[in-house]
Amino acid sequence: MTTTQTPPEQDDQDKQPSWRGVYEDEGTKELSKATTVRLKEDSRKLLGELLRPYKKLIWILVAIVVIENAARLAVPYLVHLGIDNGIPPILAGDGPRALITVVSAVLFSALLQAFTRQIFLMRSGRLGQTILLGLRRRVFDHFQRLSPAFHDKYTSGRVISRLTSDVSVIDELLANGFDGLVTAVLTLFGTMILLLVLDLKLGLIALLSFPILLLLTAWFRKRSAVVYRRTREAVVLVIVHFVESMTGIRAVQAFRREPRNEEIFAGVNEQYREANYESFRLNAVFMPSIKGVGNVTIVAILAYGGYQAYHGHVTVGVLTAFLLYLRQFFEPLQDISQFYNTFLSASAALEKLSGVLNEEPDVAEPVKPVKPGAARGHLELRGVQFQYVDGVPVLPGLDLDVPAGQTLALVGTTGAGKTTIAKLVSRFYDPTGGHVLLDGQDLRDLTEDDLRERVVMVTQENFLFTGSVADNIRFGKPEATMNEVVEAAKVIGAHDFISALPQGYETQVEKRGSRLSAGQRQLVAFARAFLANPAVLILDEATSSLDIPSERLIQRALRTILADRTAIVIAHRLSTVETADRVLVLEHGRILEDGPPDLLITTGGNYAGLHQAWEDSLA
Amino acid sequence: MFSTAMLGVGVSLSVPLVTRSIIDGPVTRRELDLLVPLALLALGLSIAEVLLVWIRRMAQSRTVSDLEASLRQDLYVRLQSLPMEFHTRWQSGQLLSRVTTDLSTIRRFMGFGLLFLVMNILQLAVVTILLLQLYWPLGIVVLAAAVPIVTLSMRFEKKYLLISREVQDQQGDLATRIEESALGFRVVKAFGRRQHVQRQFDDEAINLYNTEITKVRLASRFWSFLGVIPNLTLVIVLLLGALAVGRQSITLGTLVAFITLMLSLVWPVTSLGGILAMAQEAMTAADRISEILDTHSVIQSGPIALEHSRGHLRFEHVGFQFSDDSSEILHDINLDLTPGTTLALVGATGSGKTTLTSLVPRLYDVTSGRITIDGHDIRDLTLYSLRTAVASAFDDPTLFSMSVRENLTLGRPDATEAEVQEALQVAQAEFANDLPWGLETRVGEQGMSLSGGQRQRLALARAVLARPAVLVLDDTLSALDVHTEALVEEALRRVLADTTGIVVAHRASTVMLADQVALLQGGTITHVGTHQELLATVPAYRHLLAADEEEVHA
Repeated sequence: MTTTQTPPEQDDQDKQPSWRGVYEDEGTKELSKATTVRLKEDSRKLLGELLRPYKKLIWILVAIVVIENAARLAVPYLVHLGIDNGIPPILAGDGPRALITVVSAVLFSALLQAFTRQIFLMRSGRLGQTILLGLRRRVFDHFQRLSPAFHDKYTSGRVISRLTSDVSVIDELLANGFDGLVTAVLTLFGTMILLLVLDLKLGLIALLSFPILLLLTAWFRKRSAVVYRRTREAVVLVIVHFVESMTGIRAVQAFRREPRNEEIFAGVNEQYREANYESFRLNAVFMPSIKGVGNVTIVAILAYGGYQAYHGHVTVGVLTAFLLYLRQFFEPLQDISQFYNTFLSASAALEKLSGVLNEEPDVAEPVKPVKPGAARGHLELRGVQFQYVDGVPVLPGLDLDVPAGQTLALVGTTGAGKTTIAKLVSRFYDPTGGHVLLDGQDLRDLTEDDLRERVVMVTQENFLFTGSVADNIRFGKPEATMNEVVEAAKVIGAHDFISALPQGYETQVEKRGSRLSAGQRQLVAFARAFLANPAVLILDEATSSLDIPSERLIQRALRTILADRTAIVIAHRLSTVETADRVLVLEHGRILEDGPPDLLITTGGNYAGLHQAWEDSLA
Repeated sequence: MFSTAMLGVGVSLSVPLVTRSIIDGPVTRRELDLLVPLALLALGLSIAEVLLVWIRRMAQSRTVSDLEASLRQDLYVRLQSLPMEFHTRWQSGQLLSRVTTDLSTIRRFMGFGLLFLVMNILQLAVVTILLLQLYWPLGIVVLAAAVPIVTLSMRFEKKYLLISREVQDQQGDLATRIEESALGFRVVKAFGRRQHVQRQFDDEAINLYNTEITKVRLASRFWSFLGVIPNLTLVIVLLLGALAVGRQSITLGTLVAFITLMLSLVWPVTSLGGILAMAQEAMTAADRISEILDTHSVIQSGPIALEHSRGHLRFEHVGFQFSDDSSEILHDINLDLTPGTTLALVGATGSGKTTLTSLVPRLYDVTSGRITIDGHDIRDLTLYSLRTAVASAFDDPTLFSMSVRENLTLGRPDATEAEVQEALQVAQAEFANDLPWGLETRVGEQGMSLSGGQRQRLALARAVLARPAVLVLDDTLSALDVHTEALVEEALRRVLADTTGIVVAHRASTVMLADQVALLQGGTITHVGTHQELLATVPAYRHLLAADEEEVHA
């Protein structure tokens, strides 16, 4: 028996605490170099696209900012003129005429500076907001165009953070970043030139500090990119853990989860603290270093300049101007660290946003849409194939003909393909093979508006929007009158409970309808679908969250609702299925049984078995 | 920290004075031998200044980041201990902004703002005094310039705060639209209402744009004003100063020092506006945080640690209302569940079933009467032992962004593999083993997405795994298909055989798990009996549970 033990794989443990579990996202974090480059290019392209429409305005702004900076940089030079040319005549008894000229020039440049500054801030602020508004609309619109498949994968949390936090980071960049950057660059070059013009030798000495500054800044940029990434990663963990603890507080408390959660939170919080600490320390080194370089340069100029002045090679005015320029130059440089973080987060946000905007809607609008005739509701599936994952077909090739007006119920175990059929008919997805036709036209040839007017799906996800109950019903038909809304609610059987609400139909549904029970929300969702009056109605588990009395209510209403339209109904509860004209029993995407429910019960197949089990469960 | 800051200010201000000595001494009076010592003095002072800044910042880094982290931890611990009553009132987004945005605001202020504020004010004061000493007429000019700056800053501050609030509110409205468009995406899509939603979004976005523009206008005026005052002061100083030099009231060196010193004030003055705004924000943030830290939990742990509970659960005249001024949700509830019995709770939607079950693990406290376990009032038990004895599975199963295993062992961190597997089997949740990384697969918002039925089964397994003396199942099977539901019920029957159980039921099949059924109506238990008895004798019960009622009436 050997005593040497291989150390356990501690490394991996440290990187990823076991409670986190494993998920594929981790793999994609290590982006390949090619992807990183492409992402950078994309985000640069996006930035270009955002700015291009305002090219002219941007040039005007640049001109304004150049004038502003010139006016600002002129001040020390004028001070030099004041001292060197204004004072000697006074000493010589020639009066202050020269001085007054110089002072007027200072006054002029002060006013010019204030004026251009105001214009610049105003115009660039407006431009920034305009660009932001455009970006917001564009990303929002794009998200709405993307397919449900994309949204499933992307999750709502990410959609929200793209449109809120990422956009606000870009806001920050537009508000402070450009101004800071342009001013810094102009100051840098302007100062450099002026110093050399004022006095070549002194200028060259001052320039000696530039390479050191560049090196320092380069070092800082590199380090701060690393620290920035660490901070972002740490804060994401803090946020996720926090939000989940708070939204799941009932489970946390019921299962005495608090101590373990505190442990986990202390861990992620500590990581975040360390990252913050490091970023503080980085600044603690960078800022004094810049100041140090500045101070040493100023002293060198002072000493050498003093020596030169002694010999009469430079004037006191020039020396003063030098000192003023250098101070003006070094002070704002220290702020670069703040600006750089803004820049980093903005470019990360731009990358993510351009990633979304590059996403092509996989359920695209037709290039040459076909104008459909009056809707009848005749549905056909011809050799329809579908797979979510390559090589795992959900529908291997389905043929189905649903005549207009028929109510078709789909029955089968999880994974039989019921929901997939519903999603294909409502074109949430496109089939990977074959055709789905409505009244003889391929769904892919219809515009979204034409299609949605004809096909409406109700799921158990009965989302309610902020607004009144009436607004939510009217969502099915925005131009509906109040009478129509009430009529729809009456047909569904929702009128009684809505009238009993504090403000009736005008009652605001708060926090996604938390004022209503699940069953009531579902009734509103049904009323919404009824008001939309589609030729084809798809109900995917639409009644499963209802208690028996509400379901009974819907059941009764369904007879009216489904009477004159085509319907596809998916339900676990066979009470709903019983009312259908025709039942399909599916397994692995194939049709096992097909016929009216009464007939299927008697043939003793799968459906008969299910029916028996259901009867028993009613006991 | 402040001493280094003050030293720093002192040192940085002495450099212009050395400048004056150099100009007046070596240059004007042609005393070259003084140049080297003076330059060395300036160098020493400059380097000392840098060192002081460095020391101060290093010291500050640790203090500030520690402060932030410990505040965050305190907030988290407090929030976890606050009762459901608190959490239903507060949106998690509101809480999140406190532990992230507000704390960062405080960190930034403590890290940069506070010190800059103190140093700026210090520098302003010292420099003004110095300027007065150098040449008092010019010093007074500078002092006079401070008046418009201060008054305008204060007025601006007020206006800016108002408009910033408005921007924040409108950003909030826009965020709500965004949230709804993402969460309700399928509904929007199903009805083809993209343009409708886009229009609503546009309206809000344009509102925000307009307010932002007003804000920009206000800020641009203020900032340029703040920039012009020092320059105008310079104009006067240069004019009067040069004239004074001409009259030989002051030396050239004094004038240079004066201008250098005065211009050293430009930066502190311009940044003052931003820092003051920052201070204001930090103050508001601190208020928002103390709002939470000052809230105390009304649900406190009792003294008795219950061990090996038998699970004898009694409700004695239990009543409940959410707050004093709201109506009673439950009243006069009396139930006696002897160890091992299972009670099904039946009632219409909104009748208070979930509220009733939440009272047992003290997610809420009864407002009248009492609940006992093994004869102890549950308020006398430690929360830990009570919640060990009672486990619940809820209708909306919460899974955390952690591994399946961590999610399952929530109530029992020391569970063995065999126990985990057994619980999975009871809940028909063996699919978890087939996930890409088995039980180590991360689920939840940040991980693999599971169907409603899958999540329900995991939540059920979690409750079963906790091996409680009292098991509460709140409509846990609603998202399962008939076949799976039958299998789960079969397995649950075995678990419930030796556990006290409360099962909230909407379906007859679930009711069959129980020995007895209690009908909850109008906030109290009106009938207790077996399913068959109630079905036969209570029409209200038949209305709730008999799927074939229509036929009965027909």
